[in-house]
This record gives sequence, C-alpha cells and structure tokens, in this order.
Amino acid sequence: MALTQSDIDIEVNDLQNAYDKARAAGAPVQNHPPRDYAPYRSSVLRHPKQPLVAVNGGDPETVELSGPVFGPTDITDIDNDLTIQHQGEPLGERITVSGRLLDRDGRPVRGQLVEIWQANASGRYAHLRDQHPAPLDPNFTGVGRTLTDDEGRYRFTTIKPGAYPWRNHTNAWRPAHIHFSLFGTAFTQRLVTQMYFPNDPLFRYDPILRSVTDESARNRLVAAYNHDLSQPEFSLGYEWDIVLDGPSATWIEEGR
Amino acid sequence: MSETSPMSETLLPTPSHTVGPFYGYALPFPEGEQVAPKGHPDTIALHGYVLDGEGNPVPDAILEFWQAGPDGSLKGAPGSLRRDPVTGGFLGRNGVDFTGFGRVATDADGHYALYTLPPGNAGVPYISVCVFARGLLHHLYTRAYLADGADPLLDGLPADRRATLLAAEEPNRTYRFDIRLQGEGETVFLEFQ
Ligand SMILES: [Fe+3]
Repeated sequence: MALTQSDIDIEVNDLQNAYDKARAAGAPVQNHPPRDYAPYRSSVLRHPKQPLVAVNGGDPETVELSGPVFGPTDITDIDNDLTIQHQGEPLGERITVSGRLLDRDGRPVRGQLVEIWQANASGRYAHLRDQHPAPLDPNFTGVGRTLTDDEGRYRFTTIKPGAYPWRNHTNAWRPAHIHFSLFGTAFTQRLVTQMYFPNDPLFRYDPILRSVTDESARNRLVAAYNHDLSQPEFSLGYEWDIVLDGPSATWIEEGR
Repeated sequence: MSETSPMSETLLPTPSHTVGPFYGYALPFPEGEQVAPKGHPDTIALHGYVLDGEGNPVPDAILEFWQAGPDGSLKGAPGSLRRDPVTGGFLGRNGVDFTGFGRVATDADGHYALYTLPPGNAGVPYISVCVFARGLLHHLYTRAYLADGADPLLDGLPADRRATLLAAEEPNRTYRFDIRLQGEGETVFLEFQ
C-alpha cells in the first residue's frame, strides 16, 4: 500500500523528537543529515551500516587534504546567467542568487568551481526521467557554473524554480530548491547540497529537508531575501552563504 | 592563531543534501572519465559496479576521483571541464596538464570506468573516491588502492574489511573496484578528522 503524507509525517516527527530529546540530554549537534533516514525511502538500501573509519588528517601527504582546482578555462563568461542560454527569455520570476563560499574559519574559498542545477519555473527538470506533466521551457535548461571571486563570492542570474512532485510517498512535493555543488581547497571539503527559498509552506512535509534534524542547521539551507541584491525592473535578490565542512591542508601549510 | 585556537571552526557548516536523481544534465561532462586518454600506453583503467544493500546496481550514482599525479604532485591543474568560449561546448582536456580529477556517472548497469595515470602518492598508490547518489543524503569517501602494502589506514582494518579497499588487478592495466554501499562486503567508507 502506498504511503501517505501522514505516514511519513509520523516517521519524520518521531526522528525529530528523538533528536531534540538527545540534544536536550547533551548529545552533540548534528550539522549534516544522517545517511540512515528512513522517511526518505531511497536512503534505506543506500547507506553503510558499518561506522565510518577515521583517517587522521595530520599527515600532510594525505591525498584528500588537497583537491581539484579549476580555472577560467573551465567555465564560459555567461555560464552564471541561466536566463541567456537560449534564443528567448525563460518563463518565470527572474532572480539573482549570490553569496560567499567560506571554510569553517570564515576564510573565503577563492577561484573555486560552483555548479548549480534546478527545475524550471513550472517545476520540471530538463531530464528524461522527469516526466511529470508540467511544461518544459525551451528557453531554460537550468544548469549554471561559475568561479568564486577573491572574496569567495559567487553570483547567478536565473529564474525561481517551481515545486515538483516526486514518488517518495503519495502527494510528495519538493519545496522549490536549487542544487549546488561546491569544492573547497581539499577533497575532504566537497559539498553537494540544496538551497531553499524563505517561508516555503512545503518545508514541513519534505523528508529530504527534514532529514537535517537540527533546526538551526536546517535554517542554514534557506536563502535570505535581500532587497539590496534585487535589481530594479529586472530581478529579485537572494543571499546565501555556504560554509564547507571538513579539514584542509591549508591551515597546515599556512602554519595557522 | 594556533591549530588549537578556539577561533578555529567558528562557523557552522552548511548541511549536505542528496545529489538527487536529476544531476545528469548538470554534473557529468564529456571526458570526465578520461583523466588520461583511453588507449594511451601509460593509461590505467579503474572500473566496477556501485551496489546497494540488496546487491542491486545503483544506476544513479555519480563518482568523483582525486589523486596524485604520476610524479606525486597534489597540486592538480585546471582544465578538467575546458569549455569552448565560442560555442559554449566542451573542448575536452588539453592532453598536457594532469588535472587529477575525474567525474563519472554510473550507467544503467551501475557500472563506471575511469581512465587515468598511475598515482604517485607516497606509500601505497591509491585513488580517492567520493560517492554521490540519489538516496544518499551525504556523500561517502573511500579509496581504491592499486596495490597491497604497509599503509596506516589499511593496517588498521581487519582482513575482510581491508580487502574492500584493494582494487583487483586485471589484464591490460585494468583494475576492478566495486563499491558496496551496504550489507555483505560493505566497502570501508572514510571520515577525515
Ligand atoms: Fe531537485
């Protein structure tokens, strides 16, 4: 029998309560979702059951403390504007999304590749597997790339993606989001995540967002509307800073 | 500021999320699997299947690879995606710089293949692997070791778990490395501290 939203809500709330209770009893904050999160059904067979094995990062020869580098040859100048990749204008609400890419010490990650992908304004991906009956937009693919600047800042012009249905349970809908892929100075800082828009009524129903059981961590996935980023007669501005986790060799090299 | 300074780790990290099912038109790029050209006499192939907890192939995983250059360098080089500023298409790697970075989506059989040069890192040579997939809320790291030998990570593992990190040598400079996300023969996944 197909699972209903209320079946999923019960599971989500049980896991939320268990986390909140553990926190109240002094358990550490979980900044990332657990890989074993049953309300997101696809996770059930795709998470390891053995604990992760710790690699001590103190050895500067650890390969993962360095990472891939990218440069101007890896992007084109218009890759960060998803609204000019076709002959016509895409449909939807034009937005500017900008923010800084930082490490946990607050230092900017400079000159590094940021990749995004998203649904169109109707909530449809330009992907063969997305066959739900919302229209494709011939003027919107939904893929962007850029390099961070000297302050670690990135900037994209795009359109606001629509919510879309998925088959986790009956009547499952993803809140509007933009997928982000980020690199730090070390492979250990790699991050793939999703940015949400403020006050989306679908937040509470979405097991993917709710898999981040720490409320303040969850809030860090939501961009802020920034009127100063909005451009007159053109676009609405959203600000979203990204902080990469994980050790890097940089602080060893810099003797910090 | 010292390594133990309370100033370090003042910012809280952005949580991870799954790569989802629809990365396919965004993340893969032409020749992402060819860190070195197929057919070059020095090129090795690393290949295998990504499998779930029931042993079924995972057709919507995407793997990234990072490694030392053949000379041991960990500097990498830009140019993995090299774009054509005229058409917006991909030019492919320039054939001179070794970027050290590969990205390969699994195919409908859950299979991947990477073409690269032998890593020249200190100690036992290995290629670092980062696994993303629909259903995986937070990526996983592992290592494909191309030989057995004394190694701080390998030596800390019981024999059956150690074996999951050893790529099996096959004819024609090819190595087989399956990734089992869960269950029997589950791959050792790593956490960096
Ligand atoms: Fe999505």
